[in-house]
Amino acid sequence: MEDHKVIVELKQIATRFGENIVHEKLDLKILEGERVALVGGSGTGKSVLLSEIAMLREPDSGEIELFGEPITQMSGRELLAQRQKIGMMFQQGALFSSLTVLENIMLPIREHQRIKGPLLKDLAMLKLRLTGLPEHAAHLYPQSLSGGMLKRAAVSRALALDPPLLLLDEPTAGLDPAGAAAFDDMLLELHAALNLTLILVTHDLDSIWTVTDQVAFLGERRVLVKQPIEKMVKDTHPVIEAYFANERAKRAIRQELI
Amino acid sequence: MNEEKQPPNIIAASNGVKLSGEWTTPYLKQLQKIAKNNLQHQVSHIAIAQLDTNGSRVLLELIGNEPSAWPEGLTKEQRGLLELVREKVGPVPAEQESVNLLAALGQQVFRVIRHGRELLEFAGQLSALVFSLIRHPRQLKIKMLLDVLQRDGLNAVPIIALLAFLLGAVIAFQGGLQLATYGANIFVVELISLIMLRELAPLICAIIVAGRSGSAFAAQLATMQMNQEVLALKSLGQDPFAWLVLPKLLGLMIVMPLLTVLSMLTGIGGGMFVAMIQLDLSPIEFIQRFGSVVDPIHFWVGLIKAPVFALLIVNVGCMQGMLAKGGAEAVGHRTTRSVVQSIFLVIIVDALFSILFAQLGW
Repeated sequence: MEDHKVIVELKQIATRFGENIVHEKLDLKILEGERVALVGGSGTGKSVLLSEIAMLREPDSGEIELFGEPITQMSGRELLAQRQKIGMMFQQGALFSSLTVLENIMLPIREHQRIKGPLLKDLAMLKLRLTGLPEHAAHLYPQSLSGGMLKRAAVSRALALDPPLLLLDEPTAGLDPAGAAAFDDMLLELHAALNLTLILVTHDLDSIWTVTDQVAFLGERRVLVKQPIEKMVKDTHPVIEAYFANERAKRAIRQELI
Repeated sequence: MNEEKQPPNIIAASNGVKLSGEWTTPYLKQLQKIAKNNLQHQVSHIAIAQLDTNGSRVLLELIGNEPSAWPEGLTKEQRGLLELVREKVGPVPAEQESVNLLAALGQQVFRVIRHGRELLEFAGQLSALVFSLIRHPRQLKIKMLLDVLQRDGLNAVPIIALLAFLLGAVIAFQGGLQLATYGANIFVVELISLIMLRELAPLICAIIVAGRSGSAFAAQLATMQMNQEVLALKSLGQDPFAWLVLPKLLGLMIVMPLLTVLSMLTGIGGGMFVAMIQLDLSPIEFIQRFGSVVDPIHFWVGLIKAPVFALLIVNVGCMQGMLAKGGAEAVGHRTTRSVVQSIFLVIIVDALFSILFAQLGW
């Protein structure tokens, strides 16, 4: 496990919204195969950081390296190639509402690989079933999907080009506990089967415990620490302690009961 | 990440073919070609560097779905991936069949009937509301009413004035050309006055207000419906109609006649301007002729339409907004519908008015 490559490396990132400084001298390294959660209080720029990794927003200064290559010096062509290696699931799914689920998944495959005909549909169906969607969902429009199905469909589309890196923005927000747990299981299965690296922004502590093996805590405009959740809840940094205070108490009580 | 990538390849081997290279999504097109051309060959050995789900799907076409029959050379991970993909590959379910023409027509008819009923229901609710307002005048939200007066009345003045002016000018120009050939220049006064007072001023006014305010009503109410703001009003013990619909209704009923008078004035002004330039008819002559030949009844005929049009526009706009369901795209959909429907209804009602006034001999 030592020779894992660095998939994402952020160096000295700074992000500002006018006067408001969100990130300053932020460093973060994510290795291949890791399942990383970005956590932190509201307004610490978790989603902003995720969209910077997804190349949807440029940081005001600093360097982002994806798959070992700095993206600031890339040409449009190279950027396009990089984009195909990144799947992004947006918080509300962001499926195109005028297309059916199947057409949504087919779109990136068709546009990037120029595949047509039955193979295209087959590949899209494969992605749809990989995320555990029922077959009849294929011809439904996003408006008629339930919250859980919508999120799965969004993951299907993100996986259309088999990207090695999957970014998820609040994947379990708005799902009921059972649905969220099922979604977490699906993520773990996909991670194991498809050799994925996962980065998720989440507030769901259950997700963090089950899905991730590393947690990056954002505070004081940088990543305070990146470590497994077991260590994180014992961290004595005041900001981290405050964030996990309730969680710690809960876990402690639970352990005593057992 | 920087090592050389080998494109997918297929070569003849001792007892069949050997596959190598990257079997991944970037090479999907080549993979598809390889699979299509080599279906008859027996794959004897596999030395694939990389495999992903899309590549697996194509690979399965070549080596078959039976794991025991898969050739040598797959790594453990590749085998695992192939087994997963084998499990998940499936046919595309059949799409819903489209209904036949007759059934589609029937559905359409039912939709139109349902729509008409919704509109009537809404009109009923509005009238009930107006009655309850007469009994409890304090229900009226004065601030919201003033808002409507400003936004949908005052702020619409420049555009309506300009468009009515241009309309009057265009009619005077086209009509004047014809009249001049008979030397009947002076009749441009009747042409412009009757057409603007009776028909075009109220109509152009209603069309602009439908596009400007009716659509805004629909968009606003639909957005509020999406955000559950309408339900929130209800839960706070407020009547959403009193807050959201009544001020619009009263406001538009007040400003529509005013805007109509404005467009009558500017429309005739436009005609007068063109008559002066093109037909050598001075404004003084124009106004004298106007005063002597144009009966005030024409003014009232035009003006009486204004509140009716206002009612229609508010009714359609607010109904479309209130009925919005679904996601954000419903807002756009409802807005478009409100404009199309209100302009449609305005023109229909205008035609009915024409028949009515013809019967009355006005």
